[in-house]
Amino acid sequence: MHAENEVHFRDAAAKALLDPQLRANFRRAMDGLIAKRLAQFPDPRDLQDLRDLSTAIRSRSLLCLPELLEQLEANCAKNGIKVHWAETCEQANQLILGILQAKGAKTLVKGKSMVSEEMHLNAFLESKGIEALESDLGEYIIQLDGETPSHIIMPAIHKNKDQIARQFSQKIKDAKYTEDVDELTAMARKVLRQKFLDADAGLSGVNFAVAETGTLCLVENEGNGRMSTHVPPLHIAVMGLEKVVARLEDVAPLYAILTRSATGQAVSTYFNLITGPRGEGEKDGPQEVHLVILDNGRSRIYADPQLRATLRCIRCGACMNHCPVYTRVGGHAYEAVYPGPIGKILTPQMEGVGVRHDLIHGSSLCGACGEVCPVEIPIPEILVRLRREATHSDVGSNVAGKGTGRTATEDWAWHLWAGVLKRPALYRVATWFATRFGKALPARAPLIKNWTQFRTKPVPARRSLTERLRAEGVSHE
Amino acid sequence: MSSPNPSASDSRTAILGRLRASGDSGPLPALDTAVLERRQWDPAERVTRLRKGMEAVHTEFLEAKPDTWAAVVRAFCDREGLKNLLYGPVSEAGTTLAATWAPGGPKLVPYDRPVETFKQELFGAIDAGFTGTVGGVAETGGLLLMPGPAEPRLMSLVPPIHIALLRASTIQDSFWSAIKALGWGRALPPNALMISGPSKTADIEQTLAYGVHGPKRLIVVLVDDLK
Ligand code: SF4
Repeated sequence: MHAENEVHFRDAAAKALLDPQLRANFRRAMDGLIAKRLAQFPDPRDLQDLRDLSTAIRSRSLLCLPELLEQLEANCAKNGIKVHWAETCEQANQLILGILQAKGAKTLVKGKSMVSEEMHLNAFLESKGIEALESDLGEYIIQLDGETPSHIIMPAIHKNKDQIARQFSQKIKDAKYTEDVDELTAMARKVLRQKFLDADAGLSGVNFAVAETGTLCLVENEGNGRMSTHVPPLHIAVMGLEKVVARLEDVAPLYAILTRSATGQAVSTYFNLITGPRGEGEKDGPQEVHLVILDNGRSRIYADPQLRATLRCIRCGACMNHCPVYTRVGGHAYEAVYPGPIGKILTPQMEGVGVRHDLIHGSSLCGACGEVCPVEIPIPEILVRLRREATHSDVGSNVAGKGTGRTATEDWAWHLWAGVLKRPALYRVATWFATRFGKALPARAPLIKNWTQFRTKPVPARRSLTERLRAEGVSHE
Repeated sequence: MSSPNPSASDSRTAILGRLRASGDSGPLPALDTAVLERRQWDPAERVTRLRKGMEAVHTEFLEAKPDTWAAVVRAFCDREGLKNLLYGPVSEAGTTLAATWAPGGPKLVPYDRPVETFKQELFGAIDAGFTGTVGGVAETGGLLLMPGPAEPRLMSLVPPIHIALLRASTIQDSFWSAIKALGWGRALPPNALMISGPSKTADIEQTLAYGVHGPKRLIVVLVDDLK
């Protein structure tokens, strides 16, 4: 049976398709990103070698995951970074609240972190009287409107500059209306600089955590990540447990392929390596650094040898940039923290394959995502696997909500189909009727309607293949 | 510190337990780093590549000789009409700069107190920050910095202009080879970083805008010390 609170990607997508502004915003942005990525990989051999190396590094990290996490914890502790573990988002939120309250912190500035989106940290902290302010320009823009990110790298990509100009002029104090991107950026700079200066604490995500040195690596262009992690007296970093790699050397190729795949940049403006709080004799930097390691379903994904590949992801967003579905419907239609192809395999595994059944089917399986993924995650194959998981309850499967995506209609249809195929006489009668009267079936009939809503009704041939073969004297023996 | 969450150590045990229960890890795939090793250039070419990469993202370069760089920094400050320049008074580059700094004109401001007593001035009254570097990256363009007691972290971040001293001989082929050359894989200070240009964003309609949160301009004083 369909799970009760099933989310309908199909309906949200259909709505998004009718919004020409949204479609234009995404089309333009994605075309640009595709071209820029391509320009970064002029030599196909280099690209393939770099992908192979990156895939091997991520696979190795996952193979030794528990050991690496322990090593990371030990080395972080040695460096003065306090490590916390959370099984669920609620636990992680409580942990962060506890750390903030222990320091009497009332305001938090945030660098970009998808894991904190996963935790719905901002809403949680607001409910406890702590202001959580996004400082990445894109995140800041959507936070002003109470929206969620529509892309994991460029959260405000669904908006164009007229929309942002209007929004700034209404929501930022003393702001005038301007469509000039430099002026808009300067407005945000002014507001946020004051916030960095005043904030009691800063929060960031983690792009890579290095076990051997106990280092947190942050990739960014704006400098808000450095501001959030170096200016306030307290820095809290949150990461999914899959983010760890063994050695700093391993980070170099991952970083090289991350920025190129994500935004078509050979390098980001900043690559920030944090290995501890303010050290002996240092005049700035936070006095305390905490690292929260979040599970939230990842260890369950880890348990399955095929699905484990999902955890190789370095969150570059290339799969969504190249996805024909994402490009047309945008990020919000997925009603999930992670949109696009990676979201289609990650969200159902976290929330249950039954509740997110629509998502698993919202793909043409064209394969573009798997082809561009820098760590070669076989997204189409995983989608096919999850489609089976959604309707079967295979023994030994660890998938969240397995079997809960079955519908009575589908079951009934397959039973009927099997019943007919098993009985040659019945099959002959059925095909005879279908070929003679199929044309007369109304396009608006239930079930058929699902197909004919967007397509013309297929007209069955006047005679079945078997009939024609028999007439031509071909024997099937 | 004891964790504020009473079940935190249980979480740790449970998470690691689940990961361990997921069974046999199997052979580790080999790492073929040939693609990284192919990135090699001679010293002069490294300079060219670094410049090209960084200029593409609006970094400005000033050329200098080993004995003229301090004067080049001063001339830049005069030309731009800067009121002051933040520097690290005990860093190697900072000491040299201060020793030759002529009186009058832009004032040298030492970063010599904890940020708690300096924050307002740092955010509101400093025109530019001057730092050394520990190297550069030819492949993509980039400066390597190791902030610390002598050169605090915020010097290269908060002032609207960051002036960085780079010696051509310290430019490495790639980030990968730089990590090895500097021994970063073995031990790291609390903060280290790579910078490739002034702060930038493309969050509004993919249009590049510079100077969003960090410096609006990055000036590299490139010292030609090759042979
Ligand atoms: S699945 Fe691959 S392409 Fe998609 S975000 Fe993750 S690493 Fe990038």
